[in-house]
Amino acid sequence: MAAAVRAGVSGRILGRGSAVGARSMSSWWRSVEPAPKDPILGVTEAFLADPSPDKVNVGVGAYRDDNGKPVVLECVREAERRIAGNQNMEYLPMGGSVKMVEETLKLAYGEDSEFIKDKRIAAVQALSGTGACRLFADFQKRFSPDSQIYIPVPTWANHHNIWRDAHVPQRTYHYYHPESKGLDFAALMDDVKNAPNGSFFLLHACAHNPTGVDPSEDQWREISYQIKVKGHFPFFDMAYQGFASGDPERDAKAIRIFLEDGHAIGIAQSYAKNMGLYGQRVGCLSVLCEDEKQAIAVKSQLQQLARPMYSNPPVHGALVVSTILGDPELKSLWLKEVKVMADRIIGMRTALRENLEKLGSPLSWKHITEQIGMFCYSGMTPEQVDQLTKEYHIYLTRNGRISMAGVTTGNVGYLANAINEVTKSS
Amino acid sequence: MADSVFNHVVRAPEDPILGVTVAYNKDTSPNKLNLGVGAYRTEEGKPLVLSVVRQAEQSLVNDPSRVKEYLPIIGLAEFNKLSAKLICGADSPAIQENRVTTVQCLSGTGSLRVGGEFLARHYHERTIYIPQPTWGNHPKVFTLAGLSVKYYRYYDPGTRGLDFQGLLEDLGSAPSGAVVLLHACAHNPTGVDPTVEQWEQIRQLMRSKQLLPFFDSAYQGFASGSLDADAQSVRMFVADGGECLVAQSYAKNMGLYGERVGALSIVCKTSDVAGKVESQLKLVIRPMYSNPPLHGASIVATILRDNQICLPHICRDMYNEWTIELKAMADRIISMRHQLFEALKTRGTPGDWSHIIKQIGMFTFTGLNSEQVAFMRQEYHIYMTSDGRISMAGLSSRTVPHLADAIHAAVTRAS
Repeated sequence: MAAAVRAGVSGRILGRGSAVGARSMSSWWRSVEPAPKDPILGVTEAFLADPSPDKVNVGVGAYRDDNGKPVVLECVREAERRIAGNQNMEYLPMGGSVKMVEETLKLAYGEDSEFIKDKRIAAVQALSGTGACRLFADFQKRFSPDSQIYIPVPTWANHHNIWRDAHVPQRTYHYYHPESKGLDFAALMDDVKNAPNGSFFLLHACAHNPTGVDPSEDQWREISYQIKVKGHFPFFDMAYQGFASGDPERDAKAIRIFLEDGHAIGIAQSYAKNMGLYGQRVGCLSVLCEDEKQAIAVKSQLQQLARPMYSNPPVHGALVVSTILGDPELKSLWLKEVKVMADRIIGMRTALRENLEKLGSPLSWKHITEQIGMFCYSGMTPEQVDQLTKEYHIYLTRNGRISMAGVTTGNVGYLANAINEVTKSS
Repeated sequence: MADSVFNHVVRAPEDPILGVTVAYNKDTSPNKLNLGVGAYRTEEGKPLVLSVVRQAEQSLVNDPSRVKEYLPIIGLAEFNKLSAKLICGADSPAIQENRVTTVQCLSGTGSLRVGGEFLARHYHERTIYIPQPTWGNHPKVFTLAGLSVKYYRYYDPGTRGLDFQGLLEDLGSAPSGAVVLLHACAHNPTGVDPTVEQWEQIRQLMRSKQLLPFFDSAYQGFASGSLDADAQSVRMFVADGGECLVAQSYAKNMGLYGERVGALSIVCKTSDVAGKVESQLKLVIRPMYSNPPLHGASIVATILRDNQICLPHICRDMYNEWTIELKAMADRIISMRHQLFEALKTRGTPGDWSHIIKQIGMFTFTGLNSEQVAFMRQEYHIYMTSDGRISMAGLSSRTVPHLADAIHAAVTRAS
């Protein structure tokens, strides 16, 4: 593409017109190619454009209630009522809201974490999970310039974009086992063992996106042990704490295992799903360090990366989070509401599986209830997905990932029938 | 625990601008004065949330139908349209012809960064010329975006005004097609702006050399009090039919600092090109933060859209109220300039201080050197950046005498 741009430009320079006006000048961007649509967000665009009354959106991972409507949590509404009119909108520090970060670390590391007490965690507010991952990737590039990142197959598509734009070389490790629609544990362990010592590994803390397949507790212990042996750096993307099992402590189990085993980890946390704060872009990046001095140093360097990207993070969402988590009643309400969301999704998993089994599908659908979190990796092929969309106006990503949050008692029957129709002959 | 892989990480120096506030906060003196970071303060020295912003905020909170879904990658569509109109003018042919792509970004910083990354990927020239001096964060933003940074002469310490000849020479010798960063108005840190005639000369020179303008518009309405006057430089370039980039911030002119609201507009030759450019901007944004924050942009859209046709003396819409509040902030700052100038005159402080009233916008480049700045911090607990930049917005009628005393002392005792 660069050559095409240069060719276009040299034509312009040779054929220079008026010296003063710019009307004779061609566009600099003539040779800019239209970019491909984002595979995930493009699904919703297509859904919105569809006039069919039967249409179902099980594409993007945003929670819907049983009427298919987006939800603003009651604890969030109350927090916003308290905030409106009461706060100024001054710049946050580069590292974001101290209060929000403190509360967020407690969720990940534990209420009574010694690491928090000893001030060993370098942590900054980030632009949701994406921003936290990107900051870490940039930090990794700057301070471990020879390192590479191992990314599971499959993973959230944007992970590849993030580390690529940070110019960190990527490798993959085995994760999903298509035959069992579960974890390819043996191959995963082989990849961990075979990676050069001191590699960086991206781990989904819970509710793996897009497969919904998580290691068991025992498997996590083995992974942790092997990663320790190899001196790898574990980086956790935790986008669904509380949202997976309904219990934030339980969903942090993998992280706690690694902490017990003495790893120095990094974590990207997001409040997009578990507090329904999607569009507010609230998250946190933390890096566990050897001591307070190192944590101060690392935090200062993270800030140096944030400053030329956006200077300081947005205040509103952070205020909502710290208002809720800082108030015992609101926090308790939040925990209840998170459990309601998680339970509804678990209920829909059961319903979808039962419907498919009742229809007499020849395939096994037990993976629907074995997988966890917002997504179900159905095992459907891209062609089957296309058929679902064309014939049944059901929208999902072409990797066969179903967002269970988009499934309702109202559409689960229709969805099951459609899935059965496109898969029964396979 | 195993040795950390980040053992070797050293503590970064404090950000020179934001570090001033950190130092100020530590100071226990009752007379301390923060003239560091550029955030507006009232006469009482308090941060200000505009009344229209409060109204917009209330209406958002009280609307039960509002949800918190992800915005599209390029942000809130209505916000984008209104922002483009604000900077280009509502009747701009570029807008009517759909030649402008506008994407919501994280305030001015975010808009500059996204624009810089786009240029590094898709533009044939990888050098951006920035004025000497400029906002401290500019070189970092563009360097991390993948561009290399060069400087063009801008400020003349002798006159404390514009080094226009130097500017023309440096832009004149820049390679054809190079990117040039221009402060749309209220240059930061100097407060020195080209005149309209000088802007026209700059425009002609730049177009003749196919230099690509990248405007940083952080103070529209805040500098002169008039949104249209402060957008004139940008509109001149848009009106000649050429292409340019504009980074807009609502941090100061709507007081939305911490909400991080801004927009990047790229004015293209055709709407087809604008569409393709927009699609590529998405690829820059998605791996950075996926999509921009909702709250601040919603506030801005609420205010900007509420723009009726006004009858004389009857204009109660939010847009109009905003322009009134904006002018009041600009006027207070202009008043502080005059008060400080008079105070120095009264004290007979040596030197020509007329630049204080000639410069425009939030900042004054005092001309004080770093020893004098340090002296003022130590002896008078006055905080400013070491380049001698003071934020006029941090002054009040009550504190002007203290500052004048300090400047007087610094100039006569500490050189």
